[in-house]
Amino acid sequence: MLELIQQLVNGLSLGAIYALIALGYTMVYGIIKLINFAHGDVMMVGAFVGFFTVTILGTNIFVAMLAAMLVCAILGIIIDRVAYRPLRNSSRIASLITAIGVSFLLEYLTIFLIGPNQKVFPEAAFTVKAYHVAGLSILNKDVFVFVSAVALMLILQYIIKYTKTGKAMRAVSLDMEAAVLMGISVDKTISITFAIGSALAAAAGVMVGVYYNTINPLMGIIPGLKAFVAAVLGGIGIIPGAMVGGFVMGLLETMVSGYGNSLYRDAVAFGVLILILLIKPTGLFGRDTGEKV
Amino acid sequence: MDKVKQNWVRFLLEIALLVGLFTLIQYGITTRILNQYFQINLTSMCINIILAVSLNLINGFTGQLSLGHAGFMAVGAYTAVVLTTKLDYPFVVGLAGACMAAGTAGFVIGVPTLRLRGDYLAIATLALGEIIRVTLQNIDYVNGPAGISGIHKLTNWPWLFSAVVLTVLVVVNLVNSSYGRAIISVREDEIAAELMGINTTKYKVVAFVIGAAFAGLAGALYGHYFYIIKPETFNFMKSFDILVMVVLGGLGSTTGAIIAAVFITVLTAVLQSFPEIRMILYALILIVVMIYRPQGLMGNKEFSRQTLNRIWGGRK
Amino acid sequence: MILLDISKLSKSFGGLSAVLNFNIHMDEHELVGLIGPNGAGKTTVFNLITGVYKPDQGQIMFQGQNLVGMSPHNICVRGVARTFQNIRLFNDLSVLDNVKIACHKQVRYGLLGAILRTPAFFKGEAEIEAEALKFLQVFKLENKKDELAKNLPYGEQRRLEISRALATHPTLLILDEPAAGMNPNETKELMQLIEMVRKEFNLAILLIEHDMSLVMGVCERIYVLDYGQIIAEGLPEEIRNNKQVIEAYLGEEVD
Repeated sequence: MLELIQQLVNGLSLGAIYALIALGYTMVYGIIKLINFAHGDVMMVGAFVGFFTVTILGTNIFVAMLAAMLVCAILGIIIDRVAYRPLRNSSRIASLITAIGVSFLLEYLTIFLIGPNQKVFPEAAFTVKAYHVAGLSILNKDVFVFVSAVALMLILQYIIKYTKTGKAMRAVSLDMEAAVLMGISVDKTISITFAIGSALAAAAGVMVGVYYNTINPLMGIIPGLKAFVAAVLGGIGIIPGAMVGGFVMGLLETMVSGYGNSLYRDAVAFGVLILILLIKPTGLFGRDTGEKV
Repeated sequence: MDKVKQNWVRFLLEIALLVGLFTLIQYGITTRILNQYFQINLTSMCINIILAVSLNLINGFTGQLSLGHAGFMAVGAYTAVVLTTKLDYPFVVGLAGACMAAGTAGFVIGVPTLRLRGDYLAIATLALGEIIRVTLQNIDYVNGPAGISGIHKLTNWPWLFSAVVLTVLVVVNLVNSSYGRAIISVREDEIAAELMGINTTKYKVVAFVIGAAFAGLAGALYGHYFYIIKPETFNFMKSFDILVMVVLGGLGSTTGAIIAAVFITVLTAVLQSFPEIRMILYALILIVVMIYRPQGLMGNKEFSRQTLNRIWGGRK
Repeated sequence: MILLDISKLSKSFGGLSAVLNFNIHMDEHELVGLIGPNGAGKTTVFNLITGVYKPDQGQIMFQGQNLVGMSPHNICVRGVARTFQNIRLFNDLSVLDNVKIACHKQVRYGLLGAILRTPAFFKGEAEIEAEALKFLQVFKLENKKDELAKNLPYGEQRRLEISRALATHPTLLILDEPAAGMNPNETKELMQLIEMVRKEFNLAILLIEHDMSLVMGVCERIYVLDYGQIIAEGLPEEIRNNKQVIEAYLGEEVD
């Protein structure tokens, strides 16, 4: 029983990380119906920015996270401007293919510039302490990850619900043409969406660095995929869905790792994806809107 | 010369050209004028042509984005290698088995996933390609992640040449028929095609199965040339490589797929020592082509008889 | 001889009732019009008949068979063809190929025959080519047969769409706003075309249209749809003077 709760605790931090990344996927898909294949790699860039901020500038982890979020927000805007905006009126498949290209570009540029080897987050950035509560071992990095993630999600909810930007984002994802007619700058709103999504991914990247200690240029692929599955599970385009999906995927993975075969850990994500797509592609919270003929 | 005679003359000329090409290269190989390095790249080129042409049938002509083509290649490779290495069947049985196994995999994967919408289908095929890889990694009979090694080098130029000719012939003949038109109509406007009496699901599956079968053939040829096959060889990166060829060549042009396959093989050989630069280049190719020339090199034009006529200022 | 008998057809989208208790019938060779204000649900009815949507309730009896639940391509094979409100041609294909695709269901060689290039293939292709050309000739499009469909002027695109639909040898042809975007002259030509088509090809036609001159000019009977329900049915003269119909289009009279 205790073992189970321990697994749950671990699953929550992992889930929080997946949720943050999933939010980026879901927001971008919601607004321009694009699966941003490169999103996982933006997370990777965030992790590296955090790493360099800590090692070269010697700051603490919070500043590192902020720096990573800022850099990746800008990166997200640039990617959209350069690679996705020209294809706004093309088919979804064209955008998807381009996104795949951007993903590989980010990965191999990083390898080219920084080298393929993994880097280790210095102990000084975040000294790990364990708290023992009711027989469970809770690490302070679990707390850090979970609390930061929840804080960011709350901030996101606030932005979406109560600010003009958030309203614009909701409007554009519901009906782009109508939003234009209402005087909303669609391009700017899309850029902001990319910025926010990328910033969240960057935060997740730094958390991954703290949580697992090592980072490498190809670290975005698998978590990116799992976070994507999380977004689809919750209902792609639906923000609460991404949060729920992220936690579900995190818990599922810890369970499989803990009780099952860890060789199949990654395959579980693929399996979940196939199941969702075959049974209910619109996800847990999604509603099906047919194509107008 | 009347039309029928004209067609016969052309047909014989084409046969002569093919025979000539085959003989020339075979001569070069037998007399070792064409060295080992050339032969390796020639083999890769042929395999890439088969992969690109078969993927183009699915992505280009049918308009269904499949990102798991390497998975079918894996199924074919493993089937053929198991048949020849473990069960001692002759090579031709291995090749046939590879096609059938990969085609069946195409059917099993295709039927449930081809009813998904465009981008969802793409992700599903990616996931299934990876599932194939992970499954192979966990099967002890084929040595899991270590793969099977010491495979006899049964692939030679006659086999490669025949396989390429077969693939191109089947795809071109299929596309230039009523069935080809049905397949293309699925790409152009799926709903309109349905309403004109085309069973779009059936034709998507047909294209998928045929494409998968040829990917299997390519895998079998690959396995019997490069000594070793491992699950890792057939990962998403491989599918990505094939995708780059098809996009570069032009989605919907068999000629383009062939030209791009040749080009990419050469590029890979040249950049052998710089794998990161190669990947960066591929990524840039994909992005630039999609944004600035989405129809690729050839668009959906083929290097057809009509084009030849126009170039040579032929008779009307 | 009753060709089409639709009863109690209903369809709602997420709480919004698009079509409710829709009942119409058509005999062979009839030319029936379906009119109504924008958003009345006319195209939804067409989509229900051709199998693009599945109704929540009701039956669509066509030549004695219920079409509900059949896939769109099977419905086309049974003899129902249609055109679209926003033209849906195969844009990057030639005019001739567009029609040839519609001829595919009559193809007389198999997949293997195509790949192996058997004599049956060559014969079958020649047949399809001749058949497709024949349809183009009827619509005076044969000299544009190699043009890409997207390059045709609007009026010719509409003719091509009708030509393509006819190449599927339908018993019932459904036209969704065929006169959309046409000027009075083109509309008159279209009226003659529709008359010609009905006579030459011996079929029934069900059409949606907003252009009243067309509707009153060619239709033998008219149904009027408003908010997804039939509010009137009858001969053109009767419909023209029907108070409810006038109110639906123009609103109530102000005293």
